[in-house]
Amino acid sequence: MKLNRKDILGIKELSLEEITLILDTADSFLEVSTREIKKVPTLRGKSVINLFYEASTRTRTSFEIAAKRLSADAINISASTSSVVKGETLIDTAKNLEAMNPDVIVIRHSAAGAPHLLASLLRQSIINAGDGAHEHPTQALLDMMTIRSKKGRIAGLKIAIIGDITHSRVARSNIHGLTKMGAHIFVSGPATMLPREIETLRVTPCIRIEEALQDADIIMMLRIQTEREKQNVFPSLREYAQYFSLNRKNISLARRDCIVMHPGPINRGIEISPEIADGPHSVILDQVTNGVAVRMALLYLLTGGNS
Amino acid sequence: MTLLLKGGRLIDPSRDADGDGDLLIENGKIIKTGKDLPKGKKSDVEVLDVGGMWIVPGLIDMHTHLREPGFEYKETIASGTEAAVAGGFSSIACMPNTNPINDSRSVTEFICRKARECSLANVYPIAAITVKSEGSLLTEFWDLKDSGAVGFSDDGRSVMNASLMRRALEYASSLGMPVIVHCEDKNLSSGGVMHEGGVSTELGLAGIPAIAEDVMVARDLLLAEFTGAAVHIAHVSTAGAVRLIREAKNRGVRVTAETAPHYFSLTDEAILQFDTNAKVYPPLRGEKDRMAVREGLADGTLDVIASDHAPHARTDKEVEFDYAASGLTGLETSLALSLRLVTEGVLSPSDLIKKMTLHPAHILRIPKGSLAVGADADITVIDPQKAWTVDRTLLRSRGKNSPFHGWTMKGKAVLTMVGGFIRYRDL
Repeated sequence: MKLNRKDILGIKELSLEEITLILDTADSFLEVSTREIKKVPTLRGKSVINLFYEASTRTRTSFEIAAKRLSADAINISASTSSVVKGETLIDTAKNLEAMNPDVIVIRHSAAGAPHLLASLLRQSIINAGDGAHEHPTQALLDMMTIRSKKGRIAGLKIAIIGDITHSRVARSNIHGLTKMGAHIFVSGPATMLPREIETLRVTPCIRIEEALQDADIIMMLRIQTEREKQNVFPSLREYAQYFSLNRKNISLARRDCIVMHPGPINRGIEISPEIADGPHSVILDQVTNGVAVRMALLYLLTGGNS
Repeated sequence: MTLLLKGGRLIDPSRDADGDGDLLIENGKIIKTGKDLPKGKKSDVEVLDVGGMWIVPGLIDMHTHLREPGFEYKETIASGTEAAVAGGFSSIACMPNTNPINDSRSVTEFICRKARECSLANVYPIAAITVKSEGSLLTEFWDLKDSGAVGFSDDGRSVMNASLMRRALEYASSLGMPVIVHCEDKNLSSGGVMHEGGVSTELGLAGIPAIAEDVMVARDLLLAEFTGAAVHIAHVSTAGAVRLIREAKNRGVRVTAETAPHYFSLTDEAILQFDTNAKVYPPLRGEKDRMAVREGLADGTLDVIASDHAPHARTDKEVEFDYAASGLTGLETSLALSLRLVTEGVLSPSDLIKKMTLHPAHILRIPKGSLAVGADADITVIDPQKAWTVDRTLLRSRGKNSPFHGWTMKGKAVLTMVGGFIRYRDL
């Protein structure tokens, strides 16, 4: 089976079959990273540009490693070192990159829709590595891969997503993907961080985090951006940590075999207590490992590979 | 020169007239109206057969942005007035957010002079309420009136200081001049780029809540009620604003209000693919708001349809949605979108024409909007059946930023006459 699309812009437009194809392909690539020689020649001669307009360590490194393990050439461009500082527009930058004939452009940008703008103008495949608060499809795919491997299924699971839903692209992409896969999603966080009409995304909003945690199979904690404190979105980190963090006490509401996820980077002691982050329920580092496999799968499928 | 428009349907809300009729024009004035007017004996009478078409007073768009001076790369007075007459408008009012802002006699006179030189549509400048539209000092209302301004507005932003707004209303009232308010509480709208609702939630774009508009409409209605001054609410987009205005009118507050075609034609779903041409302020709202705007038009709460013509260059729009300029080019699609309201049974032809002629003329107190004998021969002929497709590349405006590109329309201005001169003809 082939992935019949040019770009990966969001989970919203992916079908159940496409998601399954990507996850199956990722499962098969997982093994490459465990070899002594972690490289296959699959994408030799292809080039991947990582165009990052926002700071990122994990995602950019993950894409770079994924490309290199498939023998593609990976080029990293970050906004601080590029012509962005000289005032070049996104379209002009992209057109210049296009002229150098890469095969895939991975873009992260603080403005929602920026990858869509590129996809409509460039002949190369575009992978969205996070656009504003809109989507972060590769994160959702690696999360789904992790859930599937730990639980054997996604359908029917109760999933709690806790934190700043309004500003979270991770939440949006996961909501799209996990509802498609048949999970039941409960979101919780301070009322100021639950966007209007969130019900239209087919999730159940909860005022108190305990309601969301009750009998949850999966707990997904979101990173709280500390600068929101100054925007009066919540009163203080102190209060946030007391009422909205995952800790040893409230995790007991969830199912005994629940798993705890976090897209990183984590604020220890704020949204998640250290003993939970490092505890037996945590799969945070498995997510990172799976991230490489998911990105290998996408690079492979977008450049014409079969599953 | 004498011109006879023959065989049309004369719709003139200023005289409650709607029926078959001819119109005789001489020396820039309407000299006779009636059925089966004779051609007369003069040899130089041009007869135009407009059978099946509507003859209406020259349309008036009381809310446009002509961008000159300062932003000529987006639009000029020449290109803007060319777009106006092509859209059926013989008169337009232009907002002061140019560079420099129209807050002085020199800018107002410049606009009037440029418009005269272009001699296409009549142009009526609206001057700023506050110096540089910064919301802190009143402009010289008397001087601006004497130099040609027909109203005051800080369009694009609200005068956040309620005390200053009160003074503006009182002072303008003493001149018999309208104050046109852009209602947006900037603390509530801060950072937003689209309507706050299900679509913004899905796209992760920062939202502008409907109450950012409603709160300010409520304030300005209360100030108008308190001062007894007239206020005109620009580009109403929310169900809440429609309701507040309706209630205020019932209490006798001197309020008039306008909406723009995009608010009754589109919703925030137009942004689902990040189309920056659908980025406007106030933002395209939800379906409930769209329906309320239509009801407001139908029951008379909303007096005027104005395009809020806001032309932008490609470079302003072909960027990330967050960074794109807001506004759409509207002069050449406004009439056709408004005619849909007739097709869909929201408005009668006469009510529609009233909102695009008589009402704006009354609000701006300009001697336009009538086909009475003796009136200026500002006339628009509309072919209500003419089918056409919006092609942004063919717009006369320099701004090609239309979210209606590719839409099939029914109805179009086929003749626009200004002061007895044909300024646009597609007949």
